[in-house]
Amino acid sequence: MALRSVRHYPGFAGVAVLCLTILYVPLIVVMIYSFNASTSITNWGGFSLRWYGEVFTGPDAPRFKAAAWNSLTIAVLASGISTVIATAAALAMLRAGAFRGRSLTFALINLPLMVPEIVIAVSTLIFFTMISFQTGYLTILIAHITFCIPFAYLPIAARLQGIDGSYEAAARDLYATRAQAFFLVLLPLMAPGVISGALLAFIISLDDFIITNFVKGAGMETLPTAIYGSVKQGIKPGIMAISTMMLAVSILFVTLSYLINRKGRPVTSG
Amino acid sequence: MSGAVDIRGVAKVFGTFTALQRVSLSIEDNEFFTLLGPSGCGKTTLLRLIAGFETVTEGEILLFGQNIANLEPNQRPVNTVFQQYALFPHMSVLENVAFGLKMKGMDAPSRTKRAGEMLEMVHLSDFANRAPAQLSGGQQQRVALARALAPQPKVLLLDEPLSALDLKLRQAMRLELKQLQQDTGITFIFVTHDQEEALTMSNRIAVMRAGQVQQIGTPREIYEAPVNRFVADFIGETNLLEVDVAAIVDGQAQVVLPGGFQITCPSATAEAGRHHLSIRPERMTLVPVGSGLEATVQNIVYLGTDLQVMVRLDGGADMQLRIQNAARVQVPAPGTRVGLHLEEGAARLLAD
Repeated sequence: MALRSVRHYPGFAGVAVLCLTILYVPLIVVMIYSFNASTSITNWGGFSLRWYGEVFTGPDAPRFKAAAWNSLTIAVLASGISTVIATAAALAMLRAGAFRGRSLTFALINLPLMVPEIVIAVSTLIFFTMISFQTGYLTILIAHITFCIPFAYLPIAARLQGIDGSYEAAARDLYATRAQAFFLVLLPLMAPGVISGALLAFIISLDDFIITNFVKGAGMETLPTAIYGSVKQGIKPGIMAISTMMLAVSILFVTLSYLINRKGRPVTSG
Repeated sequence: MSGAVDIRGVAKVFGTFTALQRVSLSIEDNEFFTLLGPSGCGKTTLLRLIAGFETVTEGEILLFGQNIANLEPNQRPVNTVFQQYALFPHMSVLENVAFGLKMKGMDAPSRTKRAGEMLEMVHLSDFANRAPAQLSGGQQQRVALARALAPQPKVLLLDEPLSALDLKLRQAMRLELKQLQQDTGITFIFVTHDQEEALTMSNRIAVMRAGQVQQIGTPREIYEAPVNRFVADFIGETNLLEVDVAAIVDGQAQVVLPGGFQITCPSATAEAGRHHLSIRPERMTLVPVGSGLEATVQNIVYLGTDLQVMVRLDGGADMQLRIQNAARVQVPAPGTRVGLHLEEGAARLLAD
């Protein structure tokens, strides 16, 4: 007897629709209302781009521009640095042979994925306070680099695992130094995983609120904390425009990450 | 004087597993030398030690007199053809072949020229700008050969390079490889588990088992004068009979076969006692009854070019012999009594 596809189970369609509704309707509502011509956030007053204009030219524009600039530079730096660290970690885990504490290392690398974010936020703040480290741009950057590492690590390690060791051996055999074998052969083969990991880390950094909010210090804002600060004084339609733009950037990056990772065929020898 | 490669007391231990137990052997310059054995016998480990992908636990590896055992792979003037070729998928065929030359610091025009010549040698000039993935298995194999030979290594290492090809291609490549070795004059060290490959291509063969060399010799020596049961059984087919030996004089053993028939044959041992006797199936012929050794036909297996005749000696021992499936051959029916004639070199007494 052939197994019935899960699609044919009774109630499948209902459950699926319910889940999708709960997940995506709020997003869609925000997207639609960001184009609302009315000042009200609940009544539709026709299509308009006025709130997008407001974001760039309105009274709050300088504050959001500064926050966006902070978010962007932190995301670029944090994703770049965490990707380098994650690549090194993947090489150590998968290419250095068996070493003592390998499982423990794996757990440590991936721990930030499991630990509640609020715990990391609080403990990071306490740590910075204890060593009297001035909170601000640098503390946000350090925290972001740290929690981005496991997100960058996963696609990089998955990619590296599929690359047969004989490529590096062949390069070394053909008179390449260790560095040349890495940069000329292994890194190009790993590239889809590395790029995918960097994009993922970028989005994770760009989106982060909880940890950032704890370690940012006074007067320092990233886009998510600036949005939160603004919403506390009442939801303005401009927030919906900013949220929609962030959503678009996130979707773009996650899609790119997925496509790049999928494009590279699995590289096994032969 | 030393050869191209001298392996001196090389041992390799992985954790608790001993892959090689103090192996010593010498490979001559311009030789096609084969390491032959079943999987896990240490042949690939030995090759990887020569290439530098593994480090020796003990012993020396001399390349034309120089100990290379502690050098990095890129410092050793040897190149490898990998089992799955390991062509760099992000480079063109030409870039692959030129890679070693580039790493050695050759300028771009010279290495393009040299790589082009190498591709010409393996008849792939038209494919220079293709990606490796666009080539067939046989073509990839040739690119791998061209890539490994381009930097003019002192020794070429080949790790079961034919195992990924289909039978017809494999047979054609055997001849091509042998020709290539003769044309280039480079020492080839070839690893395989395929005894037919080893016999057809090699100048000499080292038969390995469980991290030890069992026997080194020319294909003819290995096949016709195996030293022990493992070599006799691994190379070709053979009948192994357990026999008692009364005396061995001048390397000739007086052996009593099951059933009482006595023969004299060359011996790999000088000690009398209980040994195994190897009798090659194709060195026996069927003769009329009454001239000596006799047996009863059990079964006939049709193999196309040959017939395999299964017989039982009067003493109870089962043997098989091979006869050519020629038009004049009379096939005995099962149950028939036949006489067996042992040709020169059919039987050999083994050390174990």
